[in-house]
Amino acid sequence: MIPELGHFALIVALMLALVQGILPIVGAHRGNATLMAVARPAAQGQFVFVALAFGALAWSFLVNDFSVENVARNSYSKLPEIYRFTATWGSHEGSLLLWTLILSCWTVAVTVFSRHLPEDMAARVIGVMGLISVGFLLFMLLTSNPFLRLVPPVPEGNDMNPLLQDPGMVIHPPMLYMGYVGFSVAFAFAVAALLSGKLDAAWARWSRPWTTVAWLFLTAGIALGSWWAYYELGWGGWWFWDPTENASFMPWLAGTALIHSLAVTEKRGAFKTWTVLLAITAFSLSLLGTFLVRSGVLSSVHAFATDPGRGVFILAFLGVVIGGSLLLYAWRAPRLMSGGGFDWFSREALLLGNNVFLIAALATVLLGTLYPLFMDALGLGKISVGPPYFNAVFIPLMAPVLFLAAIGPLVRWKGDDLPALALRLKWAFTVALATAALLPLTLDGMNLWASLGLFLGLWILFGVLTGFLDRLKHGQGRLLGRLASLPRGFWGMQVAHTGLAVVVIGATVVSNYEGHRDVRMNVGDHVELAGYRFLFQGAQPVEGPNYSAMRGSVEVYRGERRVAVVHPEKRRYHASGMIMTEAGIDYGVFRDVYVSLGEPLDETAWVVQVYYKPFVGWLWGGAFLLALGGALAASDRRYRIALKKEAGRVEAAVAQGAKV
Amino acid sequence: MKRFIPFLVFVVLAVFLYLGLYLNPREVPSPFIGKPAPDFRLPVVGHPEQTFSPADAKGKVWLLNVWAPWCVSCRQEHPFLMQLARSGVTIYGLNWKDKAREAAALLEQTGSPYVLTVDDLDGRVGIDYGVTGTPETFVIDKAGIVRMKHVGPIHPEVWEKKFAPLLKELDT
Repeated sequence: MIPELGHFALIVALMLALVQGILPIVGAHRGNATLMAVARPAAQGQFVFVALAFGALAWSFLVNDFSVENVARNSYSKLPEIYRFTATWGSHEGSLLLWTLILSCWTVAVTVFSRHLPEDMAARVIGVMGLISVGFLLFMLLTSNPFLRLVPPVPEGNDMNPLLQDPGMVIHPPMLYMGYVGFSVAFAFAVAALLSGKLDAAWARWSRPWTTVAWLFLTAGIALGSWWAYYELGWGGWWFWDPTENASFMPWLAGTALIHSLAVTEKRGAFKTWTVLLAITAFSLSLLGTFLVRSGVLSSVHAFATDPGRGVFILAFLGVVIGGSLLLYAWRAPRLMSGGGFDWFSREALLLGNNVFLIAALATVLLGTLYPLFMDALGLGKISVGPPYFNAVFIPLMAPVLFLAAIGPLVRWKGDDLPALALRLKWAFTVALATAALLPLTLDGMNLWASLGLFLGLWILFGVLTGFLDRLKHGQGRLLGRLASLPRGFWGMQVAHTGLAVVVIGATVVSNYEGHRDVRMNVGDHVELAGYRFLFQGAQPVEGPNYSAMRGSVEVYRGERRVAVVHPEKRRYHASGMIMTEAGIDYGVFRDVYVSLGEPLDETAWVVQVYYKPFVGWLWGGAFLLALGGALAASDRRYRIALKKEAGRVEAAVAQGAKV
Repeated sequence: MKRFIPFLVFVVLAVFLYLGLYLNPREVPSPFIGKPAPDFRLPVVGHPEQTFSPADAKGKVWLLNVWAPWCVSCRQEHPFLMQLARSGVTIYGLNWKDKAREAAALLEQTGSPYVLTVDDLDGRVGIDYGVTGTPETFVIDKAGIVRMKHVGPIHPEVWEKKFAPLLKELDT
């Protein structure tokens, strides 16, 4: 009964989405206030029914209703309760439902926080989001219904993919989807601007916090995914340039470019059409990512649902949404007049540079991801593009972005004095360069890549420091008071840039100075790596709820002092027979030591893999700072003021904000 | 016209994506099916003084598993290959384009599912076999004829569906 209610709720949600997608947009076009007023209640009603459907599916999973095909295929009676709940979105159908639920959460947030928007703008934004929802609901109902029954029901399920039975996987997809789907708000704002032909500073101000919040969730989602791969795949890697990873990284790059371009549009009224195009691009890439993962076009390590019929549907949907919005762009973009000229050396120019390089980097990732497909479709053979390509093209393109990230915030809008800035930064430059050149020499000799990474990381940190000094120079009162009175937008930028520097330094150090050994170990054997001694104390069988495991004990010594005991596991899941490794990790600020069990060789001997990972935690620490920066920026006072004011009075706040 | 560029780029992309839907990245028609396995003689990883040629394996049904130490998916399939080797399946390895010379050390440490692995440093033999990526696995029968090619990692499901029935048939 409950699954049928869920199915019915989805149908009702589709009806409401159609209403929400059509009437308000027609109303906005005709200036009909009654039709426009439909937007909010329809969106909120749709949310209620999507949430009901999601609840029905989650309930089916929690009570082990194996008469539902989706539950039977993706769950197992002995699965711990938390994973039975997360199995709700562990499947293709369930993850679509989660996607739709999150989309309607964002829409409801827009209905609540859009009171200050002009009525026609709000109606268009909510309407566009309704149309997107129509696509996803139709997709589910026509090709991927999560509520299909199995006749006759099966007594036991197939179990959830063991890779996904992990705390990281519990929150990774919702975070990622919050990011993906969050860009639909920026997209809807862009389409609304194209429809109305109105794009001013107030528009940019409305779009900005939404974009920033979506971006911060995407950042957190990508970081969680990378962390999960690090501890779950058992060989210590943290980024593989896998198509699925690229699918989430491309919208992130576009979103990062969009955040910076929106800053120019808000403060200077320039880059308008470019901003709109980026907003369309960021969401298009989110949809493309879904297509790539869901359709099986690219063979990926973790593509888990492949079906050409579904692929055709998503592609058609992509065609309507992306193709339609790009046509609209081509048709209406000339109406959006850009204002505000600027000098070749100004903040606008540097942000333009940031955008150009980010988009170039994005293009190389896109090309690398799709290249195998192009070659295949043209009959030129099957090839695979791997990390060597991505590292070779991506790093050189990101280096200028990082270099500019340090100075962009220090340069004034419209135009600035390059020689004066160069003089101010000469010490920062010298110290960063000298440290970056000398530090690798003291470790293991010349290493240009390490030096480049360290230099860029330090350079950004010095840029952040200089930014604070500039701001504090003119203030009155105590230091803490002056720091606290700096606007959140400024704090957000500085924290995020610090996070970027931390990620860069972490990635540089771990890539260049990590150590790894695979050794055969018997009980009592030890192995040395990077000043640590690993003593293998054997492996014992342990029973998990739905798996059996061999649990190793490895003592880690530094000199004579025991710093940690880690317990890597080799698990065999009962239902699927899949074998998984769980790494044993001792986390630290400056290094992780990481042990995983390889193959058992005889009764007591194992292949043991030990890794020394310096600064690897900085990757996720830095990502946390990036997300925190986003949160600070999105909570800036001027957005909250704008919320309280009438739309017409926003202009005044813009002028005031421009000084900040 | 400039304004239409993003749209046109998308159209081109969409065409390729559409074509891609009907291509199976894992399924490559191999012109070698039903033909004798291309001959080679290559040094053995870890024992460069020894060599191996497909002729040496005549009379057995065997798998030629193309892998490389730098290949992610190969590591994925490694535990399952170990399991197969323990259950008596004859697997020979072809270490493809291992420029960093890591294979011997890796096999020593992780255990080797292979009877032996030959060293195809410049990828020539890989070209003869039409190898497009790693891992790829060829099934070669007692007479030295290639009977099947599988692209991508072998996992239990693929094994049950594609390999097990064929091997059973070839073994009798």
